[in-house]
Amino acid sequence: MAEKLLEVKNLRTEFKRDKTWVTAVNNVSFSINRGEILGLVGESGCGKSVTSLSVMRLLARNSKISNGEVILNGTDLLKEDKKGMRNIRGREVAMIFQEPMNSLNPCMKIEKQLTEAILLHNDFSKEQAHQRAFDVLKSVGIPEPEMTLKSYPHQLSGGMCQRVMIAMAMSCEPELLIADEPTTALDVTIQAQILELMEEIREKKNTGILMITHDLGVVAEMCSRVVVMYAGRIVEEAPVKELFAAPKHPYTQGLIASVPKLGSGVESLPSIPGSVPDLSVMPKGCKFAPRCKYATDICREKEPELEVVNGIHKCRCHHFKELGKEA
Amino acid sequence: MAQTNTNLDQNKFAAAEELPKAQSKVKEFTKKFMKRKTAVVSLIFILFIILMAIIAPFVVPYAPDQPDYTALLQGPSAAHIWGTDEFGQDVFSRLMVGSRLSLSCALIATVIGTAGGVVLGLIAGFYGGFVDSLIMRCCDVLFAFPDILLAIAVVAIIGPGMVNVMIAVAVFTVPSFARIIRSATISVKQSLYVEVARSLGCKNSRILFVHVFPGTIQSMIVNFTMRIGTAILAASSLSFLGFGANVTEPDWGAMLSLGRNYLNTAPHMVLFPGILIFLTVLAFNLLGDGLRDTLDPKMN
Amino acid sequence: MSEALVSVKNISKTFSANKGMFGKKKFVHAVNDVSFDIMPGETFSLVGESGCGKSTTGKLIDHLITPDQGEIWFQGKDISKISDNEMRPLRSEIQMVFQDPYGSLNPRMKVQDLIGEPLLIHTNMTAGERLKKVHELLGVVGLSPSHGERYPHEFSGGQRQRIGIARALTVQPKLIIADEPVSALDVSIQAQVLNLLQQLQKDYNLTYLFISHDLSVVEMISDRIGVMYLGTIVETAPKKELYANPRHPYTRALLSAVPIPDPEKKSSRIILQGDLPSPSNPPSGCLFHTRCPHCTEKCKCERPQPVEIAPGHIVKCHYPDIQETTK
Repeated sequence: MAEKLLEVKNLRTEFKRDKTWVTAVNNVSFSINRGEILGLVGESGCGKSVTSLSVMRLLARNSKISNGEVILNGTDLLKEDKKGMRNIRGREVAMIFQEPMNSLNPCMKIEKQLTEAILLHNDFSKEQAHQRAFDVLKSVGIPEPEMTLKSYPHQLSGGMCQRVMIAMAMSCEPELLIADEPTTALDVTIQAQILELMEEIREKKNTGILMITHDLGVVAEMCSRVVVMYAGRIVEEAPVKELFAAPKHPYTQGLIASVPKLGSGVESLPSIPGSVPDLSVMPKGCKFAPRCKYATDICREKEPELEVVNGIHKCRCHHFKELGKEA
Repeated sequence: MAQTNTNLDQNKFAAAEELPKAQSKVKEFTKKFMKRKTAVVSLIFILFIILMAIIAPFVVPYAPDQPDYTALLQGPSAAHIWGTDEFGQDVFSRLMVGSRLSLSCALIATVIGTAGGVVLGLIAGFYGGFVDSLIMRCCDVLFAFPDILLAIAVVAIIGPGMVNVMIAVAVFTVPSFARIIRSATISVKQSLYVEVARSLGCKNSRILFVHVFPGTIQSMIVNFTMRIGTAILAASSLSFLGFGANVTEPDWGAMLSLGRNYLNTAPHMVLFPGILIFLTVLAFNLLGDGLRDTLDPKMN
Repeated sequence: MSEALVSVKNISKTFSANKGMFGKKKFVHAVNDVSFDIMPGETFSLVGESGCGKSTTGKLIDHLITPDQGEIWFQGKDISKISDNEMRPLRSEIQMVFQDPYGSLNPRMKVQDLIGEPLLIHTNMTAGERLKKVHELLGVVGLSPSHGERYPHEFSGGQRQRIGIARALTVQPKLIIADEPVSALDVSIQAQVLNLLQQLQKDYNLTYLFISHDLSVVEMISDRIGVMYLGTIVETAPKKELYANPRHPYTRALLSAVPIPDPEKKSSRIILQGDLPSPSNPPSGCLFHTRCPHCTEKCKCERPQPVEIAPGHIVKCHYPDIQETTK
């Protein structure tokens, strides 16, 4: 029986823009089991990064989590105080970010940055911390760990930096890893290396991974379940094979259709008209209605609920049952 | 599966959506500026002084050169709110009328200095190389002198008088502008849209005036406002030292200089010109600060 | 046999990078002996990872930089060594669309002035005639004439890219160099812009040089493709041939590394070891030998010459017939 590692319930995050509060994440719920990779997919502005920052409680000062629960291993992270969160971050949950070159401190040697994380959460001596840093660099596939420890970030390539980031994240053996677009800034061949590394980590350490990305190819390769976000809401959730084979929400359908697939021999692509609505001027009713070719009056009036289909597939649409028959 | 629909009509629908209502640039700027209270207060003060400069001769209670031998060196009173000087002339009236002289001198000097500095800065930044080095080294030489010393040196060479004070102030304004505009030019020159302009076939002259120069205007405006403050101070100092206006003219610096002689007996003759110069320079500096913060996209 | 529109012959470009006062001068070999032809009406793509020299090649053809060696023939004229003044009239024939939709439009100019600028430079049209043409082009790219009065910051990334495309079309160029035109856009907007580019090619009989790192996009839009690595073209082939029968080990690794948005198709990935060598210190012999799974002594010493293994299919490898053993 899969063990629940993280459970997010009804998360709502707002931030202040020009004296009004704008909702970036609206009533989002999902869960991740141990050893599972959950994909969080959406385009820019859909709220996926804000969701991950909310879980880690790393939001900026002009934002607030106004509702919800984030339960990691039985502890509600939203109820923890600053000290409690500091203990949890790095030790139970760790994060890797999009731009590896910018995420490392350019003025500190790699050794210092790595051992900083290790010493914060363990009662090690300096030598023990150094040894752990060395071991963890080796485990992420860095060919010369000793030399890398003595280098500065600008001396490393993008791929190496991301490996160091992953090493830093894994150094205290967290149970949950949040990866926010970890390979977007990397070349395709390096991306392949990093994704393979993450798969290895998942297998060996039974780590749960929240993989945030806009790249459907990465989702198809890595994730077992997928959550699709649009305008701060979850619009669909399903196991990966089912999502790609039979997507139920028109946005998911449009997204999958508009991505060029290698080897498909297709000469042109269908596209989703229009663009993502601005957070402060959200339409009434279903947020995707202005761009949806199946939108009817009820779609424009009333926002649909997230309905459960056959136990594991969820969809937020008034008409998905009829559309499913057309597909 | 969703209907595939790839023809251009769909593209038309895609992009020709309603844009949010166009926000007037002026309105947006005003809104942001109004948030900065110190800048707004400074602006009001400056506008008042400018107003005085224009209408003072018609509204002041006394003519600036009207002596009253019955009321020499009197402190502030009901009849003379800022007192009188050694000829019985009303200090308040003289200062208000004198604002015309002081402000116009500072303004003209700064405008001339700005024009010179901007041209040099644009050329140095845009063309680089030998021309850049030549211009910048000349500016470095001028920079090596403290402002006032340089102004005194210029006046010593070309002689005293208000016009020459203007020239002196303009001279030391040029290098500061040249340097700032040169940096702004270099920075804008590296923008992608300038490279795009080259790829479209723009001549250098067009690139410089249409694409690069407008990007430097922001730095120019902020610096301009602040340099007026410096110019007022410099012009007043030169007048104080006797290089500028004739001591009988109602110039702020000259009045300050004259008042020096009566510091113990009639301190109001030094106090009020001094406070007025101080407040005006402060107001220009704060206005410049406020403008810079308003125009900076990251501060909003 | 029709005459090639663009003919690039053995161009090389090296940039010098100063290493401060005391270091030796470093030379970055951005482009290394590159040759290819572009036929009128076709889409030729240059594909490769970061630092491979594809953007530099695009700029060389657009005469924004000049090659150190080699020739660039455009419409039967060698433009590699001509002056800026001599190039100016030709600029109406070659236009470029840039990657960054935010930086490539002057933020202080109205959209109609931006689009009309090429007309101002290259023609004698009056202001009224220019405005009419601008409105026509706005319609062609899917925007409305009223958008001409606005400033770039009021538009989204996809819309700005359309403005950039409209601007490129104004003077009816023969060749459009598109340097990563969709990389900075969201997935659903990418499809819109790619569709637009294809439609315009048909309507205006355009020739494209399409530069990208995204192999899936390139497969969709190209007729012929050149794969670049470390400043040199390692393989050139017509599209179907390249994707069906890639011969260079790098091309094969690149193709296998692309994640496919289809969970049923698990690719057998060829993971390349190591990082990209620095362009300032390129390897001896075959530039790819440091990462090639089939490297031999010959590869380390001798630079491979281009070999035509099939009509239009050229490979730079000592062993183009080697079979790949999948992982």
